[in-house]
Amino acid sequence: MDVKQLRKAAWIIFFVTPGLMIVGVFILLPLFMSLYNSLFSWNQLLPVEFVGLENFSRLFTKYPYQQRFLNALQNNLIWFLSTMVLQNSVGLLFGYLMSRSIPGYQAFKRIFFIPVLFSIIAVGFLWGLYLKPSGLVNNFLGLVGLESLQHAWLGEERFATMAIIMVNIWRWVGFPSLVFLAAIDNVPTECLEAAHLDGVGEWKLFWKIVFPLIIPSITIITVLTVIGSLNVFEQIYTMTGLDGGPNYSTDTIGTLFYRTAFGSVDAGSPEIGIGSAIGVVIYILTFLISLISIRFSRSREVQL
Amino acid sequence: MISDLRFRGAGWGKRLFIFLMMAIMTIYVLLILYPLFNMVISAFKTNREILTKPFGFPQSIGFKNFHTVWVEKGFDRYFANSLLVTGVAMGFVLLFGSMGAYGVSRYRYKANTLVYMLFLSGIMLPLKAAIIPLFIIVKRLGLIDSRISVILIFIAMGLPSTVFILSGFMKGIPLELEYAARIDGCNDFQIYRRIIMPMTAPAIALVTIYNAVPIWNDFFFPLVFLQSNSRKTLPVGLSTFFGQHATNWSLLFTGLSIAILPMLLMYIFMSRYFIKGMTAGAVK
Repeated sequence: MDVKQLRKAAWIIFFVTPGLMIVGVFILLPLFMSLYNSLFSWNQLLPVEFVGLENFSRLFTKYPYQQRFLNALQNNLIWFLSTMVLQNSVGLLFGYLMSRSIPGYQAFKRIFFIPVLFSIIAVGFLWGLYLKPSGLVNNFLGLVGLESLQHAWLGEERFATMAIIMVNIWRWVGFPSLVFLAAIDNVPTECLEAAHLDGVGEWKLFWKIVFPLIIPSITIITVLTVIGSLNVFEQIYTMTGLDGGPNYSTDTIGTLFYRTAFGSVDAGSPEIGIGSAIGVVIYILTFLISLISIRFSRSREVQL
Repeated sequence: MISDLRFRGAGWGKRLFIFLMMAIMTIYVLLILYPLFNMVISAFKTNREILTKPFGFPQSIGFKNFHTVWVEKGFDRYFANSLLVTGVAMGFVLLFGSMGAYGVSRYRYKANTLVYMLFLSGIMLPLKAAIIPLFIIVKRLGLIDSRISVILIFIAMGLPSTVFILSGFMKGIPLELEYAARIDGCNDFQIYRRIIMPMTAPAIALVTIYNAVPIWNDFFFPLVFLQSNSRKTLPVGLSTFFGQHATNWSLLFTGLSIAILPMLLMYIFMSRYFIKGMTAGAVK
């Protein structure tokens, strides 16, 4: 190697090393440590012995881990499906309407994005107060004569999860709306004009031309929804508490994981082994589902 | 556009459709604005007023609540900590991120793709899932209950997307500019500093908002790593505050207003940047 090449290599090292070190220590190392830690039994923060996949088998088959884990996983699935159906389809509708310059769309656009900026913590606590039995929501129902619909929204098992999901949708609808708006605005006008001149109606125009062309952004939103749904934590923490009450009905992988790592599933000391196993499951689920979403949309993607 | 949703010249069916859609969108607007409005006026009410007249206005306007929360309940400290943590973390995200982006986008070498992939590995991984090893690492470094711990984690959180967005941008800058500077005697750092960075300014603005908002709002890592009240950031402080004053709604709404309004004010003046910045990862 000559001097010139050495100098180039030195400069490259100079530029990439600080960033790589931080990413290495705080992102990559923890990933491998999670995998490694999940194979040991633990006493507080000290590994005791190598147990192979026993932590995983306990998580999947033993009481109370199995019950809690499956219950939480089911709630995460409800989060994902509700968010896809309610939030992202409304987002697509709003994005479409704004791209068609519906009267007032500039104002709509700016206002829709307001809650997106707020911390989940503040939003969760705010709506937690509004959803209390004596809170604003029930007061409003009383005001319009719908007393029969008043409920302890966060205190009844059948409503609590959906109530929290609705709050989260309230906060986040603006995000997919504006992502879809940008995607639809990118669809070449000539395409639409040609189809329009051929007499293709609005409905068909959307499903046959616009929709196939914005599949990449639908994929991105889907992947973000997967990651978001698996990471639900603050919403539960602020509205129904770390235990995912009432009676674990709002528990999610995130809250279960936190209780396992820092204070146990059914009261007790931290369980690093089981906790790491849950962490690994979260990694694998995120990776697999994202991969499937990307594959699925690749197969349907259309390019001009 | 050909199929704009305009009332003028539209048939009855289309007019009805436009009207219905506008009604739906307006309902969502009210659902956003009224709860925020109610939050602010509740901060001025007494507890009794909040419970007996939930939709009414406060009888008197006084800033006693705000003074109590800001000074006595330590929100001034929480606020300062959030500013400090977000500011320092963002400074390093931008510095190391732009250096990393420069290192992967402006040189050709064998390990180029590998380095790029290492940076990007964090983009899909949920960092929360790694909280146990992170806790062990932070403990080994002796940084539990130190603001440095969350700053380091926030830098790691911000780097992948920053390198991704900035390197895409830097790739588009013509090499000729670099050659010219080299002939003038600039070394690589001077090229990065004087030529590439100024031209990357629009993308820098983008990644700043893209990362600063989630860092400012983050709750999970400060919750785990910061225990002393004097070191807590705004979201964690708000949570502590809610635990201590669960029944004093008047005070709670004041705390919420203090936590939410600054962001809203910034947004009113820079909404375009916020929208562009926060959707930067999902919109090309």
